[in-house]
Amino acid sequence: MSIPFNFRLTDFPVEAETLRLEVREFLSSALVDVPKETRAETWYGADEGFSRKVGERGWIGLSWPTEYGGSGRSAMERYVVLEEMLTAGAPVGAHWIADRQSGPLIIRYGTPEQQEKILPGILRGETYFCIGMSEPDSGSDLAALRTKAEKKGDKYIVNGTKLWTSGAQRCQYMIALFRTSKEEDRHGGFSQFIVDLSLPGVTIRPIIDLAGRHHFNEVVFEDVEVPETMLVGKEGDGWNQVTAELALERSGPERYLSSYALLQELVKEFSERNDYEGVTEIGRQMAHLTTLRQMSVSVAGMLNDGENPALEASVVKDLGAVFEQDLPNIAHRLMDLEPDNQGNDFQKYLAILTQISPSFSLRGGTREILRGIIARGLGLR
Amino acid sequence: MTDETSQLLSDTAEKLFSDHVTKNCIIEAEKGKWPDELWSEVIANGLNLILVPEELGGVGGNWMNAGILFKASGRYQAPIPLAENIVASYVLSLAGISQPADSILTILNGAFVAEKDLLSGSSPRTPFASHSTHGVVLYKDGSDLKVGLIEIDKNNLKDNNNIALENRGYIELDKASLIESSKVSCDSSLIKKLGALMRSNQMAGALESILTQSVRYANERIQFGRPIGKFQAIQQDLAVLSTHVAASSVAADFACSSMDKGNPDFAIAVAKSRIDDAISVGAGIAHQVHGAIGFTYEHGLHFATRRLWAWRAEYGSGSEWSKVLGEKAISNGADKFWPSITQGDLDI
Repeated sequence: MSIPFNFRLTDFPVEAETLRLEVREFLSSALVDVPKETRAETWYGADEGFSRKVGERGWIGLSWPTEYGGSGRSAMERYVVLEEMLTAGAPVGAHWIADRQSGPLIIRYGTPEQQEKILPGILRGETYFCIGMSEPDSGSDLAALRTKAEKKGDKYIVNGTKLWTSGAQRCQYMIALFRTSKEEDRHGGFSQFIVDLSLPGVTIRPIIDLAGRHHFNEVVFEDVEVPETMLVGKEGDGWNQVTAELALERSGPERYLSSYALLQELVKEFSERNDYEGVTEIGRQMAHLTTLRQMSVSVAGMLNDGENPALEASVVKDLGAVFEQDLPNIAHRLMDLEPDNQGNDFQKYLAILTQISPSFSLRGGTREILRGIIARGLGLR
Repeated sequence: MTDETSQLLSDTAEKLFSDHVTKNCIIEAEKGKWPDELWSEVIANGLNLILVPEELGGVGGNWMNAGILFKASGRYQAPIPLAENIVASYVLSLAGISQPADSILTILNGAFVAEKDLLSGSSPRTPFASHSTHGVVLYKDGSDLKVGLIEIDKNNLKDNNNIALENRGYIELDKASLIESSKVSCDSSLIKKLGALMRSNQMAGALESILTQSVRYANERIQFGRPIGKFQAIQQDLAVLSTHVAASSVAADFACSSMDKGNPDFAIAVAKSRIDDAISVGAGIAHQVHGAIGFTYEHGLHFATRRLWAWRAEYGSGSEWSKVLGEKAISNGADKFWPSITQGDLDI
């Protein structure tokens, strides 16, 4: 066998580095009032006012083509905006999904009417999307999903339940994967829809997570009438469309920067101590972080060049989650301070990240699924 | 140098090593036999001179090109000092010194000083010293930093091996004479950094080798009526190994590319630190997948794993380089932590 990955190094173009300084400048004032707890959550933290400000700067849809209202800049420039936002702890959660995948999906597969109706609001930082994939009996096994969309005249009648829907409570739309027919092929008969969450028959119920936050939701559809004009792409092509979408979802800087705040806080804490183990551990984590970043940037470069780095993206996400999940444990071991929502900055970050870290290897494809994909790439299945 | 050159180098090295680095070749080398034929081929192809400028009779390649050769030599566990000769000839070229004809170079790594052109100091683990004709040394002469060339004198050399049975001689010089020397303006810890860079790349190559061997074995070895690679437990482990292999290769490339950009300190430390961690996880998985057969001398897996265990400790362990990174990060302060990563530079 030969090694099935190819992570060639990618450099940021000069204009991306110029943009980096603009973003830093913007964030230095825009984040003054954002509390530490929100910063610790990075892309789980949502602030609609902040999203509108980002939209005003033209930093949502940055790499979308100009004919769709985007800035037509490179994926590398977009990457810079994202990594600067995440490491600064900017509350990007409201617009994150729409910018990352729903908008690009609508550009790629959507009708002109859908594009005209929806894209401008996303670009302004006012229209938000959630992803309707998982269901009560369909987690890692996405193809087991049961929510049905049955064609009746010029409408689809939707019945079923989506689960673990992040941020649905503040979104106007969901990109949902529904079953539109029963096929022999396990991956056949799925279709993607844009669902207006204000339609009659849609109920959004909060699911409170272990840290007491309202992030997840259960979204129930009871005879919801979705106009046929809201079908995205071709009926029955949903599985392939979703798979392409996942490559966008799996390799970005959000896949290794979730615990970044804690690492930076450790640097601060150890500035006042002379501790061999702590210093060495910080250096070690710096080496891991730098390498992950080079890998993730490499994937961004491949996406920019129109390649399909699905396997490389899975590698980045798997390694990234291990890194993010190690940090709270390392911080605990080095610092001997209690995680405390009322404590100092370090303790607050530790409290949040210790509790939410189990989700890092669940969301966007579990560790086991990713490793299965990698094993297939290695020729083992 | 273009991508075409890289491809050509890669093809040449692959062909040369797959033809000549047989299992028997490595076994004989472990008994102390110099692989003459293999070395002659390397020299005939000029691979040792990849970094020497064309005007000095070399190939005029860059560090990304050299990285291809470092990795290939690690991938095949070639029992020759190709990496060392690439680095040594590069250091000589910095001083404008030409390499003596038919010489085999080693690099002295230790504190050396000269007085009236007589060199003193010791290099405790000198790679392939007993097979080398000449040594390249970076030393202090008063306030000057110089590169010198010495002849390897068996009287000053005590033989030793690392655990991969690669020769590592103890060289002690007391007012030894230099064949040639010249002032250079470079980092006084250049040898250690270049050593860490070449070993990082070789380790990335050897890690690729243990991955391909493990996948092959898992697809061939049958237990419970099917190849063990069909079991999810094995698949998940090999997937983990492969993520570390991928990370190591990227870290090694990043170090070479930073070297080409003239700003390598950060990236070299990152590579040596990151790859050390990859070995802790990866070598364990490779052996676990191979079971008892991989633990025998008969099976070749250990040619790679013993090199990995030896090399990770050479030219500074992962911890040592992590400490370099950590100390700088802390003295720069938390606000500069992220900018130092985006700039790939600790001195900001």
